[in-house]
Amino acid sequence: MSGTTTAVRDIGTGMRRFVGRRVSWIPVFAALGILLVLMLAGQAYFGTFITPRVLSSLLLDNAYLLILAVGMTFVIITGGIDLSVGAVLAFTAMLGARLLSEGLPAVLVIPVMLLGGSLIGLLIGVLIQFFDVQPFIASLAGLFAARGLAFLVSLSSIKVEDPLILWLQTKLFYLDGWFLSPTGIIALLVVAAGALVLHFTRFGRTIYAIGGNEQSARLMGLPVVRTKLLAYVISGACAGLAGVVFTAYQGAGYPLNGVGTELDTIAAVVIGGTLLTGGSGYVLGSMIGVFVYGMIKTAISFLGAEQSWTRITIGALLLVFVVVQRVIVSRSNRR
Amino acid sequence: MSLAAVVEQNVTMPEPSTTPVLEVSGATVRFGREVALDSVDLRIFAGEVHSIMGENGAGKSTLIKALTGAIALDAGVIRMDGEVVRIPSPLDAQRLGIGAVYQEIDLLPNLSVAENIVLGREPRRRGGIDWPAMRRIASALLAELGVTIDPASPLGSHSLAVQQLVAIARAISADLRVLVLDEPTSSLDADEVAELFRVIRDLTDRGVAVLFISHFLDQVYEIGDRITVLRGGALVGEYRTTELLRIELVQKMLGRAPVARMARRSADPDSTAPVALEGRGLRRGERLRDVDIRVHEAEVVGVAGLLGSGRTELARALAGVDTTDSGTLLVDGRPTTIRGPRRGIALGIVYSSEDRRAEGIIGELTVRENIALAIQAQRGVLHLMSRARQTELAASWIEALGIRTPSPEALAGTLSGGNQQKVMLARLLALAPRVLLLDEPTRGIDVGAKVEVQNLVGELAANGMSVVFISAELEEVLRVSTRIVVLRDGLLVASLPAEATSSESLLALVTQPDDGA
Repeated sequence: MSGTTTAVRDIGTGMRRFVGRRVSWIPVFAALGILLVLMLAGQAYFGTFITPRVLSSLLLDNAYLLILAVGMTFVIITGGIDLSVGAVLAFTAMLGARLLSEGLPAVLVIPVMLLGGSLIGLLIGVLIQFFDVQPFIASLAGLFAARGLAFLVSLSSIKVEDPLILWLQTKLFYLDGWFLSPTGIIALLVVAAGALVLHFTRFGRTIYAIGGNEQSARLMGLPVVRTKLLAYVISGACAGLAGVVFTAYQGAGYPLNGVGTELDTIAAVVIGGTLLTGGSGYVLGSMIGVFVYGMIKTAISFLGAEQSWTRITIGALLLVFVVVQRVIVSRSNRR
Repeated sequence: MSLAAVVEQNVTMPEPSTTPVLEVSGATVRFGREVALDSVDLRIFAGEVHSIMGENGAGKSTLIKALTGAIALDAGVIRMDGEVVRIPSPLDAQRLGIGAVYQEIDLLPNLSVAENIVLGREPRRRGGIDWPAMRRIASALLAELGVTIDPASPLGSHSLAVQQLVAIARAISADLRVLVLDEPTSSLDADEVAELFRVIRDLTDRGVAVLFISHFLDQVYEIGDRITVLRGGALVGEYRTTELLRIELVQKMLGRAPVARMARRSADPDSTAPVALEGRGLRRGERLRDVDIRVHEAEVVGVAGLLGSGRTELARALAGVDTTDSGTLLVDGRPTTIRGPRRGIALGIVYSSEDRRAEGIIGELTVRENIALAIQAQRGVLHLMSRARQTELAASWIEALGIRTPSPEALAGTLSGGNQQKVMLARLLALAPRVLLLDEPTRGIDVGAKVEVQNLVGELAANGMSVVFISAELEEVLRVSTRIVVLRDGLLVASLPAEATSSESLLALVTQPDDGA
């Protein structure tokens, strides 16, 4: 009898311990819940919604957004923001398309695109870290610079015919009706790498530490300056990589590509449970956020409604999530 | 291998060495033209608790920051075991075996307890952080301090006292030689302080030198072996605690004869004086349980009670800053609901928060702006005060309260704690309130400023204002108040005239349960 009660109590403590350790995962589970509800509702309404085809193209169509979201997660966890990613995507895509059309090989062009994105990221990081500019403003400057550079490369769209770049999108690995493109694989690898780095390296934990309290992180002897710079470099590099993927997706570079994409990215990251105030969030959550975004888009195109409803729905969802985050934060503060 | 075992191994050397483990000579730090630290010497021996004493602005924090690598010395030499070392960053301090726990617990509430302890020297496996090992190390270190909490739980879910111990656990490493504790007890209650002292004694027994900074003289005398006194950035001297009388210590800190104890106000709590503010049956969760309190005109009601007794909740309820679950507020005998400080201010009831930094002074604004803030808010944006009028207002309060500031245009954040407190008082007094609720107005400010604030409270009451005065220091409550109410576990357990109360009997009331008395 008493053995049973002890066992019950142990389970109770075990539960509390389990939940206590994972409070910061709650928003991620909430996002996962939303995703499942969306899928089930779609299935119920359309009859055939959850099919390998739809789910596969979810990854295919949103690979670039997923890559951007991983980089953005790093930045937002430090308590910053990067508004430049959409423009950087456009710039690197234009740069890549131009270099390819000049006859340079893709194996050379892709690293250049990554480097270009990283450099703009570094520039934003330097502005923030050494010139004490607000991340919002510094990355806004980055946005204008990158967008301007994109137009500087060419005012009109440049078609890409390089076989390697096109292969990234057109080569599909099939399995039982599921398919996966190299761009999807790249995106998933980026997610995996981002999650591992954030969880298993000192650099990753320092990202969280900075978001918790930058001053404290410094006093704890953590390399704050280097880490913060690197967070923006990673975001820039991700934008460069997203540029590669996007070029493959569109088969062309166009200077007006990715307008507003930075906001989609931020929305996906926040819906995925990352706190805008920093210090808490997960790459896997951001991935779920991207899928929620993509799922809404798919559902709306299934409905045949205007795509502007995607924006409206995402906006409403974002609002709900920010309010939920506020409640969670204020509740844990009260304790 | 357990880090704890290493700690055990390395520091069992209680031998008082003749070479100080840490020695600073000629330490000088300048901020612009101001000399914050002027050629100060300090030596700390293994296994001793060494206190640095001084008023605010004496250079204590600067000295500690220089020792822990948070700021650089402009001149001077730091030696460890007789060898010259340089400490350019906190990381270097840690490598040299100097651990620090700063006044504002500077850990990361969003990370786990284990990470807060081990981050920066985390165990690795195959290139990544080894989480299970990290938790084991953290558990072992916490166990040594007598703390059993789940190392994987987020730090923010624990009390301040536990967080403090976590901060100490972080500072303890295999080669900890010197542990710096900057005002570690300011947010702890008596039991928690006792627990902390047990940990400190444990560490010194193992040969760690502890640098203990506190403005509680009692604690310094209880735990300290040696005292270094600073004043105005310069060294006054180094003394053995046993050879220095308290009165001498205060004298050395102040550099003048200590202010005579304020004559206890003879005016008895005149129960015939009209009641300015009354609370009936105030209840807020478990923190405040059916408290009745009356504040008469021209009376200083001292609120005595331990942390968590409901003293802050009472003041906030009286000011209408927090809403109560039940209960009535009466202003001049008329039942009133006060929802929010704005309404309270309109009725002449103002509250000064214990959390000066978060809820009081706005460091980025000038002294003038800080003082004019509340009165301007009350007048509304349509009745802007002219700059000249503001300056006049600020100047008059700067003079009246003796605020030491280079000019009314100095940023409030640059003043010392005591002067910030006075600026905050000035802001509230400019509203010409009838009831002033002061929550720990003297916390963390130096002895001289403390006495000035206390005297000020007396003067205000003599001029007819009602004051509710909350302080963790019973002596201070006794000194300032005309009447004292004692709170314990959210209940008001006594209301006594201050004159007829001794500090011993007050202490008994504050700490002991009824049946034990």
